Amino acid sequence: MTVLADRPVTAAEPHGSQGVSGFYKWLTSTDHKVIGKSYLYTSIVLFFLSGLLAELIRIQLAEPANTFLSQQAYDEAFTIHGTIMMYLFAGPVAFGGFANIFVPLQIGAPDMAFPRLNLLSYWLYFGGSLIVLSGALTSSGAADFAWTAYAPLSNSLYSPGAGADLWIVGLVLTGFSAIFTGVNLLTTIFYLRAPGMTMWRMPIFTWNMAVTAILILVAFPVLTGAMVMLFADRHFGTHVFEVTGGGVPILWQNLFWFWGHPEVYILALPFFGMVTEVFSVFSRKPVFGYKGMVFATLAIAGLSTGVWAHHMFATGAVLLPFFSAMSYLIAVPTGVKYFGWIGTMWKGKINFASPMLFAVGFLIFFLFGGVTGIILASPPLDFYLNNTYFVVAHFHEVLVGTAVFGGFSAFYYWYPKFTGRMMREGLAKWHFWGLFVGSWVTYLPMYLLGLRGMPRRVAVYFAGQGFTFLNQIATVGAVIIALSFVFLLVNLWVSWRVPVPAGANPWDGATLEWWASSPPAHHNFEEGLPEIRSERPVWDANHPSGPPAVPAVPAGAPAR
Amino acid sequence: MIDQPQLEGGPARADAGRRHLLRRLRVAPLLLLAGIALAGCNYPAFEAENPADLQGRHIFYLWSGMVIAGLIVGGFVLVLILWASFRYRAPKNDDGAVPKQTHSRIGWEVAYTTVPILIVAGIFGFTLHTLNEVDAMDPHPALKVHVIAYRWGWIFDYLGTNVSIHTTTSGYPQLVLPENETTEIILTSNDVVHEFMVPAFLFGRYAQPGIVNRFDFTPSRTGVFQGHCAVYCGLYHAEMLFTLRVAPPATFSSWLQTQEAHAA
Repeated sequence: MTVLADRPVTAAEPHGSQGVSGFYKWLTSTDHKVIGKSYLYTSIVLFFLSGLLAELIRIQLAEPANTFLSQQAYDEAFTIHGTIMMYLFAGPVAFGGFANIFVPLQIGAPDMAFPRLNLLSYWLYFGGSLIVLSGALTSSGAADFAWTAYAPLSNSLYSPGAGADLWIVGLVLTGFSAIFTGVNLLTTIFYLRAPGMTMWRMPIFTWNMAVTAILILVAFPVLTGAMVMLFADRHFGTHVFEVTGGGVPILWQNLFWFWGHPEVYILALPFFGMVTEVFSVFSRKPVFGYKGMVFATLAIAGLSTGVWAHHMFATGAVLLPFFSAMSYLIAVPTGVKYFGWIGTMWKGKINFASPMLFAVGFLIFFLFGGVTGIILASPPLDFYLNNTYFVVAHFHEVLVGTAVFGGFSAFYYWYPKFTGRMMREGLAKWHFWGLFVGSWVTYLPMYLLGLRGMPRRVAVYFAGQGFTFLNQIATVGAVIIALSFVFLLVNLWVSWRVPVPAGANPWDGATLEWWASSPPAHHNFEEGLPEIRSERPVWDANHPSGPPAVPAVPAGAPAR
Repeated sequence: MIDQPQLEGGPARADAGRRHLLRRLRVAPLLLLAGIALAGCNYPAFEAENPADLQGRHIFYLWSGMVIAGLIVGGFVLVLILWASFRYRAPKNDDGAVPKQTHSRIGWEVAYTTVPILIVAGIFGFTLHTLNEVDAMDPHPALKVHVIAYRWGWIFDYLGTNVSIHTTTSGYPQLVLPENETTEIILTSNDVVHEFMVPAFLFGRYAQPGIVNRFDFTPSRTGVFQGHCAVYCGLYHAEMLFTLRVAPPATFSSWLQTQEAHAA
């Protein structure tokens, strides 16, 4: 039944990759799908590692004045938890994993524009990640200055260990990896589209990745440069971020957040794109307001470069009304996307298979994170709530909403394509409901803790402060989340050991990746492409007699 | 115009009835707004701290209003999501027919772009108003206190006196302020970035090396409140605590005199 099965094995594999398999293939292949899968699995393993650290954090906070972790161990745990999630998981899984595999497929290209640069990106990412993690093996422990590494806490006086240096160097390498991937994606999208695939016919996911790539090129050089300056301050006697010697500590915050806020959208836009595909396919309708969706993406990207100082409202050193207004405005294109998604579902025939379930979960979860984001964009309210658990709850709802709900929506959606095997729906639904319930139980109490004034990044709190019960509920939620991922692991195991072949297009997908076999052949489309006359070429080919987009008006009927 | 009376027949009465309904519908949101405004007299707290100073009271009002706005807008979107999810599920015995392929409705798109712009513009107005109230500085405060943060403690210097209160090995320091009088806090840090935060005042401000921040507190009720460092500053960040006691002015003056005598 699969296209792969009937295809004769030809000698047409030009790069001598036949016969190469296993470890050597993983090491050397420049096939975007192999590199993409390496990215995907590496980042998911790191996600699990970071999740385990989160569980340790939650256990520590389950009791007042707990000694489960020492203060030092706790500081390292939350630093590496945040570091992995922000630098090594949520970005790479999107632009290194999903985009690497599916952008070339969605535009009908045989590979990325620069396959060898692509491989270099992966190895920089893999090596950089190992270097960051290796800090835990040093005698002074891993970096412990939080993932934000505020100067001057991150200088050689207050954070003298080698773990801090390994953290900086590792993130310089992953920073270059992100920049190279950005260049590669943008070039691929601009130059390798199949004949007929105009910009206005690109799937929304590809559009969002093009914009994400631009944001990567805007933001990551700033972060990587700042990291190099920090390293120079620590070792070469420069004083960029030191008051002594004429430096400016708050410059770090400006540079960091100039990357850090676009980064939030670098993490969000790819997942927005993924769920857009899922809403369309599982509602059996085109994306509602396609061009509006693209303009909203562009508006988000543009505005996101002018909102960084809303992370610094309480510093007393930024222009509050400007950054507040810009932050509020971002709600507008995000709202456009919401109504576009709801409009896509409206009057459709929705199939609540696992990808759709996760996508609707994203919609509900991210909504709450978005509304609390509007609250935090108000400087006076930020004076009250900044650096409390309210903020922790807010950004976890935003990031878990996008990278976890959105990410696993895409994972269940595209898994049949990149492996050729189906997942089990029952296990996937258990995964969803565990994650959905667990996430609310974890994060809702955190909002209340923040309103009661519990600051973030504290290893201990004390019995009389009124934080104990809410923290215990949050810990129960974190355990539920952890258990839900057992269903994912079982699902992966079952689909690997007892494979159910997926076929080329198990979901009635509309975009070009569903035209290729599952998994796609070495150069993706050996049997040619369908005609590309809209943003849904595979749908057009599979539903030639579908009702016309505009209902026919009977002759003589009054004009509408 | 002259013909108008003649038109008062069957259809015109129906038209008037419809207009009446329209007017009633138009009244409904007004009533809703009025209800919210009246409820606003009590300003539902939504779990926020009961503010203990005037500046915090402004933040509290803004919080209350923002949560109401958030509940309305977020609730509306949530209802749409749930409605779409339940109403448009594919039926069990689906005939496989393709639903109508709607690509866009430009009117709706314009509406859902412009309405949010108006909403955020309104919210921004309220934010600016509150911001001006909170950041306003009294040119002649009753008291000035120089607060210096360091790893991992606080120094409270009462300017114009010799009173200086420190974190000690035996306990957390206490900042004492007079009730109903304005105190200017002059805040800086000796080493890394810290934050001076008092949840009961609904307020925190960074203490940073090389930067001096100034702001006013006007406590409105007496009591002892918790304070802490909120920006992560290293190993003992969690224990960089202090307390803030608001005392009646007379009590405060005698306390300050005792401290001065003690220090001299």
